[in-house]
Amino acid sequence: MNPIGNLNKIFESRIRLGVMSVLMVNEEVSFNDLKQMLEVTDGNLASHLSTLEESAYIKVHKGFIGRKTNTTYSITKAGEKAFKGHLAALEAMIKFSS
Amino acid sequence: MNEQQHLDTLTDIKRIMERSTRFISLSGLGGVGAGISALVGAYFAWNILEDRSSYDSIARGGGDLLVIRLLMIAGAVLVAALSAGFYFTWKKARRQGLPVWDAAARKVFFNLMIPLGAGGLFIFGLLYNNQLALVAPSCLVFYGLALVNASKYTVTDIRYLGYAEIILGILALFNLYHGLLFWALGFGVMHIIYGTLMWWKYERVPAE
Repeated sequence: MNPIGNLNKIFESRIRLGVMSVLMVNEEVSFNDLKQMLEVTDGNLASHLSTLEESAYIKVHKGFIGRKTNTTYSITKAGEKAFKGHLAALEAMIKFSS
Repeated sequence: MNEQQHLDTLTDIKRIMERSTRFISLSGLGGVGAGISALVGAYFAWNILEDRSSYDSIARGGGDLLVIRLLMIAGAVLVAALSAGFYFTWKKARRQGLPVWDAAARKVFFNLMIPLGAGGLFIFGLLYNNQLALVAPSCLVFYGLALVNASKYTVTDIRYLGYAEIILGILALFNLYHGLLFWALGFGVMHIIYGTLMWWKYERVPAE
C-alpha cells in the first residue's frame, strides 16, 4: 500500500495544519489567539479557517464579550479523525522510506 | 515531499501543540530574584520577632503594631519577588521572540490565582482571628498547591517545587515556633535552588 494516498490534501497548507494542531490540544481557541500563535495576518487566517470549516473539520462559535464579537473555534470529531489519519500517514511515510 | 520534510512537519506540529498549551518563557533567574527577596524579608521579620520587646508588646495587647510591621515586610517581599519574576520572564520571552501575555500565560495566571486567592483570603481570616502562628504554614501549602495546579500549563518542573512547598508547609504546621524558618526555606532557599536548576537546564548558554 502506498501511504501517500492517505495524506490529506487539506492539510498541505502549513497554516491549516497549524490551526488543527492548536485545536487538537486546546478545547476552544479565539481568532486572535490563533493569529498570535501562528503568526499570520487576519485575511490569511480567515481564508484558511473557512476552508477547514467547509470541510467540517472545525466548528465556529460566535459570541460576545460585552459589545465586542468573540469568535472561537474548536475541532470536530471528523476533524480529529482526519488529523490523526494525516499524522499516521506522515509517520508511515517516514518509516516507509527509511 | 521527502522524508526530511515529513519529519519537519511532525516537529512543527509538536512545537505548535507545545507552545499553544504551555507557557515556556518562565525564567529561572526570576525565581532566584524572588528567593533573594524572600530571604531579605525573612531577615527583617526575624529581627522584629527576635526583639524581646515585640513579645512584650503582644503580652500588653500591642500585637497589632507587630502584625502591621510584618505585613508591610510581606507586602514589600511580594512586590519585589513579583517584579523580579516578571522582569526576567519578560526578558526571556522577548529573547525567544514570544509574546509574554498569550493564551498559555493567561492559563498559568488563572490556575495560579485560584489557590493563591483562596490562600490569601484564608490567611486574612487567620490574621483576623489572631492565629499568627498558622500564617507561615498556610502560605507554603497554598503556594505549593498553586504551583502544582499551574504546572500543567508551563514547564512541568515547577510541579516539584510545588510538592516541596507543600511538604515544607505541612512540616511547618508541626513546628509552629519555627514558622519563619520554614517560610525562609520555602520561599527563599527553594526558589533559589529551583531557579538555578531551571536556569542551568533551559537558559544557560553552554560554554563551548
